[in-house]
Amino acid sequence: MGGNARARWALLDLLVLVYALVPVAWIASLSFKEPSTVSAGTFWPTKWTWSNYAGIFRNDDFVRGLVNSIGIGLISTAIAIALGTMAAYAVARLRFPGRNAVLGLSLLISMFPQISLVTPLFEIERRLGLFNTWPGLIVPYVTFALPLTIYTLSTFFREIPWDLEKAATMDGASPFQAFRLVIVPLALPGVVTTAILAFILCWNDFLFSISLTSSNAARTAPATISYFTGSSQFEDPTGSIAAAAVVITIPIVVFVLAFQRRIVSGLTSGAVKG
Amino acid sequence: MAEIVLAGLTKRYPDGTLAVERFDLTIADGEFIILVGPSGCGKSTTLNMIAGLEDITDGELRIDGTRVNERAPRDRDIAMVFQSYALYPHMTVRENIGFPLRLAKTAKAEAGRRIDEAARLLDLGELLDRKPANLSGGQRQRVAMGRAIVRDPKAFLMDEPLSNLDARLRVQMRTMISRLQKRLGTTTVYVTHDQTEAMTLGDRIVLMRRGVLQQIGPPQELYEHPRNLFVAGFIGSPSMNFLPCEVTGGHLRTIIGDVPLTSATRRVLADRDAPEELILGLRPEAFDDARLVRPDGPAHTFTGHVDILESLGSEKLAHIALDEAGAIRSEHLAEAFSDGSGEARAQLVAHLDPKSPAREGEDVVLTFDPSALHLFDPDSGLNLTNAV
Repeated sequence: MGGNARARWALLDLLVLVYALVPVAWIASLSFKEPSTVSAGTFWPTKWTWSNYAGIFRNDDFVRGLVNSIGIGLISTAIAIALGTMAAYAVARLRFPGRNAVLGLSLLISMFPQISLVTPLFEIERRLGLFNTWPGLIVPYVTFALPLTIYTLSTFFREIPWDLEKAATMDGASPFQAFRLVIVPLALPGVVTTAILAFILCWNDFLFSISLTSSNAARTAPATISYFTGSSQFEDPTGSIAAAAVVITIPIVVFVLAFQRRIVSGLTSGAVKG
Repeated sequence: MAEIVLAGLTKRYPDGTLAVERFDLTIADGEFIILVGPSGCGKSTTLNMIAGLEDITDGELRIDGTRVNERAPRDRDIAMVFQSYALYPHMTVRENIGFPLRLAKTAKAEAGRRIDEAARLLDLGELLDRKPANLSGGQRQRVAMGRAIVRDPKAFLMDEPLSNLDARLRVQMRTMISRLQKRLGTTTVYVTHDQTEAMTLGDRIVLMRRGVLQQIGPPQELYEHPRNLFVAGFIGSPSMNFLPCEVTGGHLRTIIGDVPLTSATRRVLADRDAPEELILGLRPEAFDDARLVRPDGPAHTFTGHVDILESLGSEKLAHIALDEAGAIRSEHLAEAFSDGSGEARAQLVAHLDPKSPAREGEDVVLTFDPSALHLFDPDSGLNLTNAV
C-alpha cells in the first residue's frame, strides 16, 4: 500500500473515531462540570469538579441501581450461557428434526419488537408476583439473551473438528463428558465472547427495567438515572446524569479491553493437521 | 485382545444408500487386518461400525463372542487412531495420552506409570509437556498412537493414520506401527486406500468395492490369485497390464502375438464354458528382457517399442506403446486405477532387471511364461484362471 493510500485510510479511520467518540467525550466533560457552569457553552469544563461523582455515590438509589444491574446482569448471563451452550451444541452437532426451526425461532425472538411485550409482561408479572423483583427482570433478559448466545455459540461449536468428539467418545467419554472436557474448553473463547455480549445486552436495557419495576428493589442503573433529580427542584441534574452515564459505561469498556485478546485468539490450533 | 466377528454387517443410510452390504469377516485374536479399497468403498463406514461411531443397520458385530451392536463406543473397549490425529489442543501430550485413563478413573500413580511406558515405546519422553500445536506431524501421529495403546484395549482401529504424513515419514511410521502391533499383539483393524500400505502391513487384506467385499486373504494371495479384475487392478504397483484377447484353438490371439495356452488353462476355460473374448492380465513382473534370460520352460516372446524407460536403480520400468486396439474399457477397472480413468491405456508396463540393456526409443524383445497369465471374463470380471 502506498503512503498516499495509507494516509487516506488513516483519515477515514480518524473521521469514524471522532464521530463515535465526540458524544462520549462530551458526556465525560459534562460530568466534570459544576452544575452552575453546565450551560456555559464550553467543551472543556471551566472549573473541574468531582462533586457530580461524589453526589451520585451518595445517592442510595443509584448505588442500589448499580447493585441491581450487576446482580441481574450476571445471573441472566449465567443462565443464558448455561442454557445457550447446550442448545447451541445441540443445534451445531446433533441431527434432530426441527434443528433449523430452533435457530429460526430464536432469531425471530431476537427480532421481536420488545416494546410490544411490555404491556402484557407488566400484567403477567403483576399477577405472578414477579413485578418489581429481580426474577421479574431476569426472565425477559434471559429470553432476549438466549437467541444471541445460541446463534453465536453454534457458530463456534461448528468450527471445532468433529473428530475431537469422536476421539473423546472412543477414549471412553460419555456424551456429556465429551462436551464438558473437550468441547467446552475449546469453545471457551467463544463462550467468553458470548457472555460479554449477553451481559452488555442486559446491562444496556432500559425499557424493561423502567416498565417492570416501581422502586429501587429491582430497578437497574440506566432506569435509576432517569429518576435523578437536582438538589432543588430548580436545579437541572445534567451533571449527575452525565457522571452516572460515565460510571455505567466503564465496566463495558473494561470488559472489552480485558478480553479482547481472548476474543481474538483461537484455541483450536494444532488439533488436527493444520 | 479379542476376536472380532462381523456377521452380515450392513449399513444403509436413511436416504437409501447402501454403504456396506452383508459384510462377513472373522478377525482372529491378535490379527492385523487391513481394510483397503478406493474412496467410497465403505471401508471407513465398516470401521466406524466396529467402533460404534455409526449404527449398524443389519447384521451382528461380536467382540469375544458377545454381541455389541447396541453398546456405546466406550463400552466396547476399543481404541481408535484418526486420520486427523484428533489430539485435544488444550491438553499437553501427557494429558492427551492420559485422557482415556482419566475417564476410566485409573489411580494417579498407575496412570503415570502407564503414560511413561507408552511414551517410552513411542519415543515421546521429551515431548510430554508440550501442547499439540508445538509438535510436528509425525510427533502428533505418535501421540495419537500413545493415546490408543495406553489403556491396553481389546482392539485398535486405525483410520488412514499415515495419509497426512509425507512419503518418507510414512515409510518410517509404517515400520513402527508394524513393530508395535507385533510387540503388543493386539487385534488391529487398519483402514487405508493405499495398496502399498495394505501389502506391507497386514496379516490379511480385505479388499472392498462399493460396499461389497471383493477378496480376503494374505497379501501374497491377493497378488498371485486375484479373484476378479478389480482385485487384479487394485493390488500391485505398477498395476497389472490388461489386454483384450480372443481364444482360438489352443491359442490366445492378442496384440502381442498368439500366446499358447497351457493344457491346465485350456481345461479350466472349457469347464467354465468361458466366452471367446476375454481380458488377459499380466503383471509387469512377469516380463523379462529376452537378452538376459534363457527360458527353462515354455515362453512367449514378442517385440515392443520402449516409449519411456524409468530407471529406479534396483529395477527398470519399460513402458511399451501399443496400438489403440490394445486398450481395455471395463467398469471393473475404473475404480481400481487411482486416476479413475476407467480405461487401461494402450500400453504395457514391463518390470525389468536393472541390468537390462533396454533403451528409450528402441525396440526390446520381451519374454514371459504363459502360465503367469490371468484370464478374466469381461462381463463378470471374474478370474477364470484362478483354479489353475
